[in-house]
Amino acid sequence: MIDALFDAVTNRRNPAAHRPLIQIEPARVRGEERLLARQLSRRQFVVYSVAATTLTVAAPLGCDGSTAEGAEEPADGSRSSTSDVLVTGTDAEMLVLEVTTANRVVVRLPRVEVGQGVTTAVAMMIAEELDARLADVDIPLADARKEGNQFTGGSNSVSSLYGPARQLAATARAKLVTAAARQWHVPARTLRTRGTRVFAPDGRSATFGSLTRSAARITRPAVSTQPKPASKHQVIGRPTTRIDARDIITGKAKYTGDLTVAGAKPTVVARPPTLGGKVVSVDSRAARAMPGVHAVVQIDGGVAVIAETFHHAFQARDALRIEWAPGPLANVSDAQIRSRLRAAVPKLQSPPRGSAQTEAEFEFAFVSHAPMEVLTAVADVRTQRAEIWFSSQTPQSAREEIASATGLPVSKVRVHVLRGGGSFGRRLNYDAAIEAAQISKKARLPVKLMWSRADDIRHGRMRPASHHRIRASHAQGRVVAFAHATASVSESFDKQGLSAQGGVRSAVRAPAAAPLPSDSGLYNFGRLSGDSGSVDLAIPLGAWRSVDSGTVRTAEEIVVDEVARSLGKDPVAFRRTTLRSKAVKAVLDKVAAAGKWGRSMPPGHAQGVAVHEEYDSCVACLVEIDAVDPKNPRVTKVVMAADVGTAVNPRGLEAQLMGTAVDGISTILRAGLHIDRGAVRESSFADFHYARQRHAPQHFEAHIMPSRRDPGGAGELGVPAAAGAVANAYARATGTKPRRFPLDF
Amino acid sequence: MPSYSFTLNGKRVTVEAPADMPLLWVLRDLLNVTGPKYGCGVGACRACTSHLDGDEIQPCVVPVADCAGRKVTTIEGLADGDELHPVQQAWLDCDVAQCGFCQPGQIMATAALLKKTPRPTDADIDRIENVCRCGTYSRIREAIKKAAAGS
Repeated sequence: MIDALFDAVTNRRNPAAHRPLIQIEPARVRGEERLLARQLSRRQFVVYSVAATTLTVAAPLGCDGSTAEGAEEPADGSRSSTSDVLVTGTDAEMLVLEVTTANRVVVRLPRVEVGQGVTTAVAMMIAEELDARLADVDIPLADARKEGNQFTGGSNSVSSLYGPARQLAATARAKLVTAAARQWHVPARTLRTRGTRVFAPDGRSATFGSLTRSAARITRPAVSTQPKPASKHQVIGRPTTRIDARDIITGKAKYTGDLTVAGAKPTVVARPPTLGGKVVSVDSRAARAMPGVHAVVQIDGGVAVIAETFHHAFQARDALRIEWAPGPLANVSDAQIRSRLRAAVPKLQSPPRGSAQTEAEFEFAFVSHAPMEVLTAVADVRTQRAEIWFSSQTPQSAREEIASATGLPVSKVRVHVLRGGGSFGRRLNYDAAIEAAQISKKARLPVKLMWSRADDIRHGRMRPASHHRIRASHAQGRVVAFAHATASVSESFDKQGLSAQGGVRSAVRAPAAAPLPSDSGLYNFGRLSGDSGSVDLAIPLGAWRSVDSGTVRTAEEIVVDEVARSLGKDPVAFRRTTLRSKAVKAVLDKVAAAGKWGRSMPPGHAQGVAVHEEYDSCVACLVEIDAVDPKNPRVTKVVMAADVGTAVNPRGLEAQLMGTAVDGISTILRAGLHIDRGAVRESSFADFHYARQRHAPQHFEAHIMPSRRDPGGAGELGVPAAAGAVANAYARATGTKPRRFPLDF
Repeated sequence: MPSYSFTLNGKRVTVEAPADMPLLWVLRDLLNVTGPKYGCGVGACRACTSHLDGDEIQPCVVPVADCAGRKVTTIEGLADGDELHPVQQAWLDCDVAQCGFCQPGQIMATAALLKKTPRPTDADIDRIENVCRCGTYSRIREAIKKAAAGS
């Protein structure tokens, strides 16, 4: 039996309990979660102790602030009577830390690891406050829960976990120390902790594992349960290798497709030639007769084949004779989408009287997320229950929708969250999991569904295409008004039924009204105005790393350069005099100095710069480009500087910046998707030209600004600055004004 | 069904498989050797990169019949027991990986490169085609140089 005691760890509660922010659009997620994370991190956190035989403590997380469902607040701020708050076990809305008798520290994380390094960052927070060896900390990913914040997105994981995780570990440490003091009959304050052990002044020591049973009974720790001040940090802030690095380089790291659970059989789906096309008729006789084929079932998105191996499944898929009805976009191609977008851009406000104008229009193509690991889901759906394994940023919503798709109560659906081979926003949606559940139910077999790479690129999801119209009005050498109107494709399946994609209500929808561009007030540009329109198309879209900022802010940074040019000013100097924030100026200064801004370059080469501020963080990027052959430019050098508050793992942060630099290079220069008569033209990395080694900079450096502020967000931060800097460098190297991205398309 | 024998990571294995079955699915679905990853199935992304008689191959486009009697090495067979291969060690030292999905292939591609070209130039490194969607290329380049310098 598990029950919980309320420990007198804190006396504050957030009176406004927010519900999980799962089913809302990215802009709100970003804004509200950021705000909440900030509120949360500046106050103390409740920590519950779970009555178990080993030391187990739990902290509520994220949006739901400080209360666990059913928990009773003690009137005197001390321990309460026993409550049933944790009777739901793994469904509790908590970050739970357990010290095992084997001296392992286990924290089941309600987030997903997709390469962004969140498991390493959390392990570092725990190791810091517990004084545990990093190698003794395990961060398994939690199954989907009923309550609480289990959302991975909006670059909020570190900021939302920073307070609770440290408080949790600090509380556990205090109990371990207290348990040792009682065992040794010495004052607790004389004890020290290091390397997952407690040490007495006389040299005695005990592992946390040997103390965990007695620590589980400690309700009033005899030493402080407060996290360390930043000045005492020894783990947080130290460049640290990923905790899973060795598993990765030896091939041991397991992704969904590597699982052998439930006897699940390899499964692929024949999909329509056009987006949203429908099966009219299927002749599956030849496919069913092929060796190794277990079943063929029709689903909304196409026809699924379940076979002994993926080879057999692909071969049988190709032997299906299917007549397809064209999808709703069968007469729609890029040119039409572009002109509809252009027409949907709202009018800009009139410029101030007497001002001169710098105007520009930009177009961004659709972009595939294309994580290296294609969408994969294992599903075992029975009449009474379902069990699903996949990598998900939104496992709670996925669980609800899998329940709805299979006709089971949510409590009978178990969702196991697996590490993902990249995401970039793609795993916010759970198309493949729903599809796998439908196939498993229909075929009455456990299935391991894998989308082929062609499925992934041709059937989405993708970053919406967009059109931007920007006007900077200047007078007497300064900008007096800045207007930006956009239109982007928004996903509309009202008549078609998104079930074709297996995601009835996508977890993160394209916002009905996008956030207004230009509202960040990054620059002192006088009167700011923005507006947005949209073109509804039945096209599978998804939030792509940095969401709207990846296009909106990129376009604005290009215009900032063009304004500087028309005012006869240097792009760095112009930004320095017009940026509002000291922090942004500081990162700009950093890249300008480290990247030797203004150094002489041979003809056809140039530098470019851009900045961005979001997620309580800011970044600057300086690139050098070789565009001697304007058709085949190469970014040769990238220098970035970021201020993200406390950088928990500077090496992880550097990795995230490096990734966003390559995203910027890719989306500006080469990587995009064409729509030809309702179908995506590209189908693999052979034609979706995401950067390879020969397109990546030979030199990359990242500078991390020192800070004791609580952490801001970092995972998506660099995209707009990198993309803007690449475009600006290309413009300066070639003397052109880049307008349509990617440039080589 | 025909049967094929080959040496996999130092051990002799025999599988019954159609002649045209790609080695990738033989490894993953018949032998449960999952280090080589599926990323495209057409040899374009190279996430599955492994070695056949020491040379780089993409198992997703190599039929099992072509491997009969030969030596197949996957990421699982690169280290010498607990002793990491120098390329793996360099990858660890440089903390190259992010999501990690492409890294077995990146490491195998590098190991094959260094065998033929122990001191690769930047231009040699640029010829590596393996896609890393996380964009770890700069650390890959650094790790390749480190592994080359150490060998």
